[in-house]
Amino acid sequence: MALLSNTAALLGKELRTEFRSRELLTTTVVFILTIVVLFSFTFDPSVSESRRFGPGLLWLAFLFAASLMLQPCFLREQTNDTLGALRLSVSDAFAIFLAKLAANTLFLLFAQVLLLPVFSILYNVPILAAFPQLVLVMFMGSLGLSVTGTALSAISAQARMRELLLPLLLLPLLTPVLIASTEATAALLVPNPIMPWNWLGFLLAFDVVFLTALWLFGEYLLEE
Amino acid sequence: MSDWTSPKFDRSIGLKKRILIAAVVVILMTFAAYAALFVAPTESKMGTIQRIFYLHAPSGMVALLSFFVCFVGNLAYVFTRKPKWDWLGVSAAEVGMAFCTVLIITGPIWAHPVWGIWWTWDARLTLTFVLWLLYTSYLLLRTLVEDPDRRALISAIYGIFAFLDVPLVYGSIRWWRTQHPQPVIMGGAGSGLEPTMRKVFWFWFLNLVILMIFLIRERYALEAMRGEVQSIEREAEAT
Amino acid sequence: MTPNFPPTGIRFDNIDKRYGGLYALRRISLEISAGECVAFAGRNGSGKTTLLRIAARLARPSSGTVHFLDGSGGKAETTPAGFVAHATMVYDELTAEENLLLFARLQGIAQPTARAATLLAEVGLLERRNSLVRTFSRGMRQRVAIARALLNEPAVILLDEPTTGLDPQGANWFAQTVRQLRDSGRTILMSLHGESEVSALATRAIRLDAGAVVADTRTGANFRSILAFANA
Repeated sequence: MALLSNTAALLGKELRTEFRSRELLTTTVVFILTIVVLFSFTFDPSVSESRRFGPGLLWLAFLFAASLMLQPCFLREQTNDTLGALRLSVSDAFAIFLAKLAANTLFLLFAQVLLLPVFSILYNVPILAAFPQLVLVMFMGSLGLSVTGTALSAISAQARMRELLLPLLLLPLLTPVLIASTEATAALLVPNPIMPWNWLGFLLAFDVVFLTALWLFGEYLLEE
Repeated sequence: MSDWTSPKFDRSIGLKKRILIAAVVVILMTFAAYAALFVAPTESKMGTIQRIFYLHAPSGMVALLSFFVCFVGNLAYVFTRKPKWDWLGVSAAEVGMAFCTVLIITGPIWAHPVWGIWWTWDARLTLTFVLWLLYTSYLLLRTLVEDPDRRALISAIYGIFAFLDVPLVYGSIRWWRTQHPQPVIMGGAGSGLEPTMRKVFWFWFLNLVILMIFLIRERYALEAMRGEVQSIEREAEAT
Repeated sequence: MTPNFPPTGIRFDNIDKRYGGLYALRRISLEISAGECVAFAGRNGSGKTTLLRIAARLARPSSGTVHFLDGSGGKAETTPAGFVAHATMVYDELTAEENLLLFARLQGIAQPTARAATLLAEVGLLERRNSLVRTFSRGMRQRVAIARALLNEPAVILLDEPTTGLDPQGANWFAQTVRQLRDSGRTILMSLHGESEVSALATRAIRLDAGAVVADTRTGANFRSILAFANA
């Protein structure tokens, strides 16, 4: 099916580009680390407080990092008008969005999984017991961030002040993801972790709604 | 009946009629104020301050209704590309913002004397605040895109995304609240209201809906005039 | 390059393109015959780029239609046009070969590796196939751009001020390439700034001013005068 093969080809391009320069990944990881450390200066992380505030702070850091990491997503396609080349080559413009959001999800997930052990140490939070489940929650959360972030990146690329605009457009929209991911993560960081299926289901619903909206309206965002 | 969305329709109403309609709205609001202050019985637990409820709760509902009108306009624009839907969208968004602001202001005014706190993150207030942020972004986005057709399309798609988020925001806050209970300002609409109170509540709701329609209409007329000026400019350039 | 495409003409029918209050194109109606090589001349902002982007289906006209025509003048189902602009439309962070492979796969071209190699050889970049486009000179980037445009053997080629920034050697090579494309029977539209080796290849010239056609050699205007005053 042309859509899938196009998406695969474009995803390959996104991954290859990023692994050559590693710009996005490096800056995202460092940024999240900086926020996590700065947060720790703003209150005294005794053990019980860490467990209460930890997940929320972690996801706030992820949200901020995502809103920065997603800015170049469509901007970098403007430099050489490679977006024009893509639009000429693909039959379904949705492939462009799918590939980018898949790549963004992978990048965000990678950064998050990398930082999870660091977070665990700094905030004295046990992650080993529920590590695979945590990764699943991070995947679902990253998917939510990416679906909306990729769409809004295409929107903000066409406006002035785009660096400030993307966080402004994106962060309020991500309220449900922040709440759901934080609660799901918190449920897994207690001494007897339980699988937060309800919140994961909610994240799935969020992803489905916005993926559908992107599918319906995405091509109009790329028009001239 | 001529096309209500055409800019020319507005002039056909005439200034006198518009003043008359505005006067009717003012009179209705005066009745509503009287009803809230004198007709409705005093609430036993909270006293007189509770009367602000008649402004607070319907404002929230009307704000949401306004944003729904914006959503409809956004969808219609994306599929028809007719500027009139963009005019409707921005008008409804601004009016929705106004009612949102009313809710955010009346909330603390009520909460502080009764609960001793200015703010609480209950579902309705939180949703309203997020809505306020979302539609501020919508209006801000519009100022940052210069080409009118591009601006209309881009903001319409963002507007659609924003409105699709509303049930998700509300749902996530409600669920979250079941695990982290917060004081609820003023309870659900119409819950536990005795009959007179209920009548006053719905009277206020009706009034605010009429006010909403009136404000959207006026704002739309302004936007339509701007649009008309622009198309006249285009035609002048073409010849 | 053995011709592997049907002769294709283009019809622009009452094309309008507005950006807000500005008309980039007004009521453009043109018929381009199959195999013609048309030079569009005009000042900056006259609408040349917009017209080419509409023909490439990158931009949508505000009103009016553009169709490709087959030999008998009916609407043609044809491969998308090859488009070369002053932006290279290739990725700096990929190699020449990776770029061509990507676009070949996206377009569903059979045996993409072989096709990419063929084109790289034709534009003289085979030895540099594994170099990042970022390291290329302007002229070399233009060659990759042409290779990209020719991947699907298009019947129609659109060139938007393609010689901008090329040194005399590059411009000369480009002119040779356009000559080959023209002689193979392709329909070519190119926007140019003035007389040059490339403009001399045109079989027809059209002048645009403020989004409208003001002169056309088909209707009797003088070829050289259309191009000569291009920058006036």
